[in-house]
Amino acid sequence: MSAAQWRHAMNAGAGRLAMGRRVPAPAATVRVPGATPAERRYLSLLAHIKARHVVVLLFVLTYPMFATPFLTYQIGAQSLALGLIVLSLTFLGGSGGMISLAQMSVAGVAGYMLAIFGSSGEPAISFGWPWWVAATIAVVIAIAAGTAVGWLSVRTEGIYTIMITLAVGVAFYHLCLQNYSIFNGFQGFQRVYAPTILGINFRDPMPFYYLALGCALGGYFLVKYVLRSPFGIALEGIRNNARRMNALGFAVTAHRVAAYAFAALLAAIGGLLFTWYNGLITPNSVGTSWLINVLIIAILGGLRHPIGPFIGAIVFVLLQNFAIDLIDRERFNLVIGGVFLAIVLFSPDGLIGIWATVKSKLITQRGGKS
Amino acid sequence: MNGRKALVGALSIAVAGALSGAAFAQQPPIKIGLLATLEGPFAAGGADGMRGAELALKQKNGMAGGRQIVIIKASSDAKPDVAVNATRKLVEQDKVDIMVGPLSGGEGIAVKEYSKTQPTITFINGSSGAQATTLVDPSPNFFRFNTEGAQWMVGLGKATLAKGYKRAMVIAEDYAFPYSQVQGFMSEYCRLGGKVPVKAWVPLGGKDYSSVIARIPKDVDALVVVLGGADAVNFLNQYEAAGGDKPLVGGSITVSQDILNYKGKRRDSLVGTIAGAPIADAYDAPEFKAFVADYQKNYPVSAGGYPSPSLFALVYYINMKAALDGLDAVNGDLSGGQAKYREALAKMTLKTPVGDVKLDGNRQAIGTTFITEVVKDAQGNLFNKVLSKVDGVDQLLGMKKEDFKIGSRDEPSCP
Repeated sequence: MSAAQWRHAMNAGAGRLAMGRRVPAPAATVRVPGATPAERRYLSLLAHIKARHVVVLLFVLTYPMFATPFLTYQIGAQSLALGLIVLSLTFLGGSGGMISLAQMSVAGVAGYMLAIFGSSGEPAISFGWPWWVAATIAVVIAIAAGTAVGWLSVRTEGIYTIMITLAVGVAFYHLCLQNYSIFNGFQGFQRVYAPTILGINFRDPMPFYYLALGCALGGYFLVKYVLRSPFGIALEGIRNNARRMNALGFAVTAHRVAAYAFAALLAAIGGLLFTWYNGLITPNSVGTSWLINVLIIAILGGLRHPIGPFIGAIVFVLLQNFAIDLIDRERFNLVIGGVFLAIVLFSPDGLIGIWATVKSKLITQRGGKS
Repeated sequence: MNGRKALVGALSIAVAGALSGAAFAQQPPIKIGLLATLEGPFAAGGADGMRGAELALKQKNGMAGGRQIVIIKASSDAKPDVAVNATRKLVEQDKVDIMVGPLSGGEGIAVKEYSKTQPTITFINGSSGAQATTLVDPSPNFFRFNTEGAQWMVGLGKATLAKGYKRAMVIAEDYAFPYSQVQGFMSEYCRLGGKVPVKAWVPLGGKDYSSVIARIPKDVDALVVVLGGADAVNFLNQYEAAGGDKPLVGGSITVSQDILNYKGKRRDSLVGTIAGAPIADAYDAPEFKAFVADYQKNYPVSAGGYPSPSLFALVYYINMKAALDGLDAVNGDLSGGQAKYREALAKMTLKTPVGDVKLDGNRQAIGTTFITEVVKDAQGNLFNKVLSKVDGVDQLLGMKKEDFKIGSRDEPSCP
């Protein structure tokens, strides 16, 4: 895809996003006479909760009660961890107009640092510090790495951003592959397990699912919050017209780098979860196929809404697990490719685009009848 | 959910297939999960591994221990995390009773770790050959009926010295399997007085060997090349272009058919190259000949098979055969968390096309290694003839436990 096409896609998405936004921040107040501002805010929040929100929340909260441990862990928890990493990309791509392929590398930095500062199957390299120390250091280093990637790439646009972040990602892959003193080369780190806290072993499917769910919900609402903050609005402005925002007195570069830093936080937490989920981190975890997979999931789900990455991740994980049951061995990758192709062909906005189309059709039909 | 529907569909097909097969079985069929790499760098090897495993079941008409056997397949791409995901799906979702797989070294270690969380399922290796899988922190329900990378090189050190190569340079890929191979070679070679002044570790899938070739000392007698597939071909081409003339000693997957079909000018210089492996195409024992004939009958070249079964086909065949023979031994009784079955496996003497295999205390095979040499036949084709055969090779390579160290970049060393 060319730079111009990318920009066009981004801008088209932006326009629809702006139109489709149900709750512009200032107009969000519900007029209730005699209510205090705090009450008003509370009521306005309540007014936005729809039946589907409650259903989805109830479903994800009770899912492990009726699903098997396999479905809880491998489908549920993996989708949530992966979704969080992809969320960092859709935040950058959807709101900032910057497609960074290095988000999996940032997640990988967090995973590697967790293995190096925490405990792993390589005691000669790992420091063996408590998990929370290792996890904190890992997140901080990953944010630093993500910010550095952003700082490098914000002066480029479109396809050049993709190229430069891809280059960074591939360079990191080769560093992990060929460095033995820190990254342990081809073999990486095995046995990087989730901790046991207060007697709860987070390696078990249900606790790990809730850990991943907590992080994913946190990431989701944080992104929603940031998108409505002045920073988020400014970021969308910069995506739509950087020069105008510059003329209005916004520090364009600083905003973009800050967006990378925020995205790195999401990717880092997702990276920790994904490393714990796999119980290992190797150069393959940050190889080109994963860099691309993250982009595929983002496109699959859609860039327009922070729920997109999670929907994309669920579909991706389901396909990876069950496509082989639908069709004979060597051909199952065809199913995966075919589904991706169909979604991208028929709904450029991914799966959430399909939802939006169906909804708007229903509304026009209803409107036509009455 | 999508996944559940898919699963129900797949299961009903599998069950229907099982029922329509022979007569109605008295007991429900036993499900065996089969994992190999159908994607990624070892896709061809993985497909041949699956052929080998299927052949073992075909020879028993799909029955073992008086019960119908259903194979449920899964694929990975030689990455440990993918292998564990695929295994977890087979075990927890498809509810297989026995697992056979995976194919490559790193995968084997990861699946072994996973097996500890599923103590009621029996795991049998596919063809993975990393030493650590059974040597470090072994799992009580993970069995490996094939010998591994280091065992495959036993006898090669002696054969190298017998050729008069007293100093050798090692050129190998930089990961667990070649470490094992180099250790298997060097521990014997160094003990018998050979010297390895330089070891060059190259990245897997590397294209440029010029810096390695420049480092080859003048005073070495031979090059020990532990590279696989395309890496080996690239190295040979570049070595030839650089005017190299040292004789070669090969790893287990170095001097395979694709190398022997190599068309370069130095082709004739390959004659005399010795190597160690668990399989030798020209091995003339009747069991092996029967195995090759059966493979060729079931998987002719026209149907995608190889002219002669690959290492992967043989090793998957051996491990699947072990799973089925174990079921025969206990009459299909998997009760009590498969305790009886595991005991039978641990005690079994497995008849394989390349000789008898027994397990050690870590459930690791003690078996046969071949030393082969490249020779030219009357038509000018190159093939591997069996130079010698070493039986009863154990995982410690005949060393004492306290003397044995797992192979790594720096271990062993004899400059």
